[in-house]
Amino acid sequence: MDIAVTKKKLGLKERYALMTRGLGWEPTYQSVDDVFPMDSFEGIKIHDWDAWEDPFRLTMDAYWKYQAEKERKLYAILDAFAQGNGHLTLSDARYINTVKLFINGLAPLEYMSHRGFAHIGRQFRGVGPRVACMMQSLDEMRHAQTQVHAISNYNRYYDGMANFRHHHTYLPYLQVPRSFFEDAASGGPFEFITAIGFAFEYVLTNLVFVPFISGAAYNGDMGAMTFGFSAQSDEARHMTLGLEVIKFMLEQDPDNLPIVQKWLNKWTWRGVRVLTLVAMMQDYMLPKRVMSWAEAWEIYFEENCGALFRDLARYGIVMPPCVEQVRKERDHLSHMAWCQFYQARGTNNFHVWLPSKEDMDWLSAKYPETFDQYYRPRFEYWAKMEEEGTPFEAATPPQQCQVCQIPTIFPVAGDPLTRAEHSCTHDGERFHFCSQWCQEIFEDEPEKYVQAKLGAHELYKGNLFGDADPTAEDFDPMAAAMAFLKLTPEDSGLHSDSRDAANFDLWRGLAKANEA
Amino acid sequence: MQMDLKTVNIEPKRRSYAHVAARIGAEKLASRYQEGTFDMQVEGPQHYRPLWDPAHDYFDPDRTRIRMQDWYAFKDPRQYYYGSYVIARSRQQETAESAFAFVESRSLADAMPTELRETALKLLLPLRHVAWGSSMNNETTAAYGYGAAITQGALYYAMDQLGIAQFLTRIGLLLDQPEALETAREAWLHDEAWQPLRRLVEDLFVEKDWFEVLVAQDLVLDGLLYPLIYGAIVDNVLAMQGGSAVAMVCQFQSEWHAEASKWIDAQVKAAIKDTGANGDLIAGWVRKWRARAVSALLPVAAIALGDGAEEQMDEVLADFDKRLAKLGVSA
Repeated sequence: MDIAVTKKKLGLKERYALMTRGLGWEPTYQSVDDVFPMDSFEGIKIHDWDAWEDPFRLTMDAYWKYQAEKERKLYAILDAFAQGNGHLTLSDARYINTVKLFINGLAPLEYMSHRGFAHIGRQFRGVGPRVACMMQSLDEMRHAQTQVHAISNYNRYYDGMANFRHHHTYLPYLQVPRSFFEDAASGGPFEFITAIGFAFEYVLTNLVFVPFISGAAYNGDMGAMTFGFSAQSDEARHMTLGLEVIKFMLEQDPDNLPIVQKWLNKWTWRGVRVLTLVAMMQDYMLPKRVMSWAEAWEIYFEENCGALFRDLARYGIVMPPCVEQVRKERDHLSHMAWCQFYQARGTNNFHVWLPSKEDMDWLSAKYPETFDQYYRPRFEYWAKMEEEGTPFEAATPPQQCQVCQIPTIFPVAGDPLTRAEHSCTHDGERFHFCSQWCQEIFEDEPEKYVQAKLGAHELYKGNLFGDADPTAEDFDPMAAAMAFLKLTPEDSGLHSDSRDAANFDLWRGLAKANEA
Repeated sequence: MQMDLKTVNIEPKRRSYAHVAARIGAEKLASRYQEGTFDMQVEGPQHYRPLWDPAHDYFDPDRTRIRMQDWYAFKDPRQYYYGSYVIARSRQQETAESAFAFVESRSLADAMPTELRETALKLLLPLRHVAWGSSMNNETTAAYGYGAAITQGALYYAMDQLGIAQFLTRIGLLLDQPEALETAREAWLHDEAWQPLRRLVEDLFVEKDWFEVLVAQDLVLDGLLYPLIYGAIVDNVLAMQGGSAVAMVCQFQSEWHAEASKWIDAQVKAAIKDTGANGDLIAGWVRKWRARAVSALLPVAAIALGDGAEEQMDEVLADFDKRLAKLGVSA
């Protein structure tokens, strides 16, 4: 009989290493640089991929088990919400426009993220980070699909969501989030993970998550709230991965510091610019508000990220200089954005409205330095025009920033009554920017940003007319563009005139009243 | 007892998203697979060319020579979207877990004839590297494929292969000491028996056409490896010689391959059906990689079968060629 040999007990860390990096090997039949051709051109120097600390230790069997439990619960709630006409328990029909912003602006980015993480999950030559990126790629597929599934039921009853695929690809305002993500994805693998894994998912994540998900909870949207909370444990993993990558790069070689700092500067600014949409949603679109953009910025950026950057200071990282301007714009951002969307409401796929007196009192309490002085008079004037039957509406497309693609609506920092104008010439052509920070990003990689397809330019170039014949005698360019964009009158305009508002009231009436 | 519960009945404005309705008909209710898959990837103009591949758009159908009129013809017969995928795998994982627990609690590994256990370890443990290679090669399609239908399926395959590499690692820890994994790695890197297979896997790492990688890896290599190693050797030969404990802890792999081959078969069929010229390309790829896979797998099979390897391979090949014929691939 064999003498039983006692099995060595492996520690968690050792065991996980065998389950992941132990699987890899250094190829000899092909050169390592040919197998992983993309992880060195950005100039990031990695000397020892084995020094990578796994940010979490999840093997596939455990992953399948935990995630399946979450999915079972989530879909049970989504089904119940749909069956019970959960949309009629919302605080107010205006809330549905938040859902529209989400499906049109954010859900397609989750699929982009799945592809981006698949790409770097193939390209990093260290097995540890590759495995972590593969899992995130899979999680992002989850988020794309759970969002599409959760919002599917809203789409059955309300406008502005049915064409989210087409609108995300073509509608000018949605090029703000789309170009943001494509910018990151078309960068090298290290820039991508700095942009998305760190700047967006770590530094700015709470500024997205809290307004949307707490906003959903506050306004009776059980469906969106549930997928948000269900995604939270995935996001916790994504955050630790993002932070680990930053530390790894900085610890591997001092030459990485200026590259990483440049990316942090760029992506903090790009991220905050995209969050303009969130700031507006938070201050103007939620019928029952969670907190103001200014309050969220104080808690989630100034306090939390202040501590983060102090922690990174030991590597030589400093707070991105653009933050100074973000602070100065803090009390203007959401107001300027809502004014812009109000004026351009004919080309939105969600509805807008003027803030009520009660809304405006809330806004002046939250923004005592700016609201009454600069924005209340404008809203009151527009309200008067609406009453008189001549509502104000912008008739031409605005000038957009070549980098962030937001209309150049921002004032000079510290001088709210002067519009900021920045431009430079490249290859004999003039390019415009919303700010010095977007201009710096352009000047660092002009050959990249000259490719951007700005909505207004695409319209004037005739790229938004579909099959219509611009030489025809009765050619109506705006009508052709609307048809190509698949933007219907039901999708746009004022909330009070909308089919959504009328239906919501009718259906809610049915749900509350008794038949005679 | 039947109860009639009354709810407010309101008429929906539409049944699904417009891009889904355009594919299935406006009157149809969409499945979660359809809503979570169709047109999830941007098609049309993109803002910037990738710095890492300036010759292509970020999403570009030209990263393969396969041509498709409809990239969403790559449907998954299992209709896996994320939720149904993880739920299916969590069930299989539970079964595997109880098999590992059963073998461990009854010390079945120790009850195995020593020689048989050594053969099993020699055969199975280097395969964890092969599975990891398959995972990487499917990650290639998840990253560079075109359309959400195929990238989604390929990512699930990549994660499954990572899972299999981890189950094989656990088999090593169950049947032996952790050092056994190091011995197996040495064999993978240096033993003659493994070198043709390692060369094949590494050659696929640098192959640029993602659909060729998919055909070579999922249809050909895995299509021969799983029936040969798990079907013929583990479930039959080793089990007959007292190694049923090994067969128990490999159950995940056998069941998985039966299911995953339905997926890859559907992808190949869809490509051939969509555009005639795809058939010739695929047949050429199958011919090229089939010959290499056979010669790479023979010395591996010989670890367990000795001189009987060739005969066993012939049987596996006969089945494989029937499978190809059904797909319309004339190899």
